[in-house]
Amino acid sequence: MKPNEKPANLILRNGRVIDPAQGLDAVATVVIENGKVVEVGPNIEIGAQRRGEFEQIDAGGKWVVPGLIDMHVHLREPGEEYKETIASGTRAAVAGGFTAVACMPNTRPVNDCAAVTQFILKKAAEEGACRVFPVGAISKGLEGRNLCELGELRASGVVAVSDDGRPVESSMLMRRALEYAKTFGLLVISHCEDLGLSSGGLMNEGRVSTRLGLRGIPRAAEEVMAARDILLAELTGARLHLAHISSAGSVALIREAKKRGLQVTAETAPHYFTLDEELLSTFNPVYKVNPPVRTREDMEAIKAGLADGTLDAIASDHAPHSAVEKDLEFEYAANGMIGLESSLPLILRLVRQSILSPLDAIAKVSQNPARILSIPFGTLAKGAAADLTVIDPEATYTIDARKFESKSRNCPFDGMEAQGRAVMTFIDGRVVFTAPD
Amino acid sequence: MHFNRKDLLGIQELDVSEIEFILDLSRSFKEINERTIKKVPTLRGKTVIHLFYEPSTRTRTSFDVAAKRLSADTFSVTASTSSIVKGETALDTLKNLEAMKPDVFVIRHSASGAPWQLAARTSASVINAGDGMHEHPSQALLDMLTILDNKKSLRGLNVLIVGDIFHSRVARSNIWGLKKMGATVVVCGPATLIPPNIDAMGAEVSHCLDQCIPEADVIMVLRLQKERQQQMLLPSLREYSTWYGINGERLKNAKKDVLIMHPGPINRGVEISSEVADGPCSVILDQVTNGVAVRMALLYLLGQR
Ligand SMILES: [Zn+2]
Ligand SMILES: [Zn+2]
Repeated sequence: MKPNEKPANLILRNGRVIDPAQGLDAVATVVIENGKVVEVGPNIEIGAQRRGEFEQIDAGGKWVVPGLIDMHVHLREPGEEYKETIASGTRAAVAGGFTAVACMPNTRPVNDCAAVTQFILKKAAEEGACRVFPVGAISKGLEGRNLCELGELRASGVVAVSDDGRPVESSMLMRRALEYAKTFGLLVISHCEDLGLSSGGLMNEGRVSTRLGLRGIPRAAEEVMAARDILLAELTGARLHLAHISSAGSVALIREAKKRGLQVTAETAPHYFTLDEELLSTFNPVYKVNPPVRTREDMEAIKAGLADGTLDAIASDHAPHSAVEKDLEFEYAANGMIGLESSLPLILRLVRQSILSPLDAIAKVSQNPARILSIPFGTLAKGAAADLTVIDPEATYTIDARKFESKSRNCPFDGMEAQGRAVMTFIDGRVVFTAPD
Repeated sequence: MHFNRKDLLGIQELDVSEIEFILDLSRSFKEINERTIKKVPTLRGKTVIHLFYEPSTRTRTSFDVAAKRLSADTFSVTASTSSIVKGETALDTLKNLEAMKPDVFVIRHSASGAPWQLAARTSASVINAGDGMHEHPSQALLDMLTILDNKKSLRGLNVLIVGDIFHSRVARSNIWGLKKMGATVVVCGPATLIPPNIDAMGAEVSHCLDQCIPEADVIMVLRLQKERQQQMLLPSLREYSTWYGINGERLKNAKKDVLIMHPGPINRGVEISSEVADGPCSVILDQVTNGVAVRMALLYLLGQR
């Protein structure tokens, strides 16, 4: 984002303004001055003498929502720029309606020290299309042995720490990470996977893995770690966020933890409520992801977890890979799918299926991730930065990965009929994306 | 014509009439293999490439003998999967070979599903010569042919598959084929070697070999790889053979006309004793003979296309 551009004055009229943080869902006018929201309400009139200072946009028939936040993406820079860069990944973000992303530390080098964090923030400031919030590593080099200098990482600008891509195998290290992170008010994000149980696994374990002769990853590989980390959060009194929840059992564990009042939050990804393991019957590596897509029963449990608030956020776990890693035998192909440019229509599908209200759906990608990451965004409240997304909920189209801003094409939703998309994305009141007609 | 496919990839996708058609055709090729001049000109001018990403002398030799008896020109390419590290993928290798205009690829691969992925990218026919833990269709067909040499029908037969079902493509292809043909299939082994939800494929599961043996018309013994001990699947080979080894003592309770089969290669003294492997009920070498006939039938069907 280029900080020195002149902030905009803007009036959006006639849109259906959905701001979960204010419990607002009504047709209203949004007034933005100097890049900040100054007023949201019905029938706002600007005096004739000032009207010329404002750009006017008619958002009739559209939703106007806080700029969406994807709290779990992999931008691949530094180190794997052929898959994605901060520039291309953030362009993908704004094209998908996202104005902020939290990027995971498994880059090369790993984001485990101030220098790498500062590099990411500098790149994002120079070339990024949206806000970038780096997540630092828990352990040096993601090796699971020694804690990173979390204080310095915090001071450099990370919003959370995670060894994502890998679990923290040692229960002692996880305990210490939770305790030590608490010192600096840092959130710990857990990639829940028992590597012993998932070892060699390529897909969800069950009838389909048996039929296809692909080694399975049992749900227990995720659930054992989710349970462990919940218990450690209880032991340490620290805040814990569980990434990419995929199984019914994990949803039950988190629900129970919340009932006991623990400071545990969780996210799932669109593929876990949209795709099921039967799709792997074609051996197409585009469906290979970790944790794996699971069964219809798990999909239903994920939806129920979203509906009752057990799962706080939806994040894409955007994981770009090139054909070099993906166009291989299923067994050798890399895990991961891109999601920034397909998340929103899949989330809106949950609204059409009456699983989430519009307010709840938008909260999963704005208010809730902002609260979890303790960042002052995700709302259109008076005084907030004018990050907002205009959504056409009726637009129907075919998802076409060839047209994506992302450098990678490993999108399992390519070719899918979709409804609903971001038509304009604003940061600090400035347009950062406009959909082509 | 009961067979109209570009590829022969798995038994799961075949219907009963296709299986019967292949078995009938295989019987007519068996006759050629008994002649003194064992060669017919059927596939003269056709090119068959054996593309093996996993070493297998037996299966490759069987396919090669079959192709040569049909007068096809054959070439063997052993591509190590480590070529991925060097930068050439399986797909690159396939595309390179395809540029030489072969008619049929016979593909063996250690990764489940690879023949499906490759078949989708070539206009040549693909025969799956075994992929990972998934399918080994020519083996299941030769097994059915061998059973039918000795039994009137597959319908109603009780076939017992013993051993490492988890890692076995032979077991999976046989379960599909035998179930389609009306047999009952029981899989038996320690729970660590039985894959989850195998019942969804139509097999019954047992962990007690001695209970299964008296019912069995056919016992298929699977090879037990010695590495399974290191993978926490078995405490020892000794314990395995105590509970799941097929030996003369155990077979005392078997039907008199039980058939003993094994896809080879055999670990004598582990999953099967020598007296049984070499005994009167064993049809293990007939399986090898039938393998050539079945593979001739498959090459004929696809090579003629
Ligand atoms: Zn992860
Ligand atoms: Zn991730």
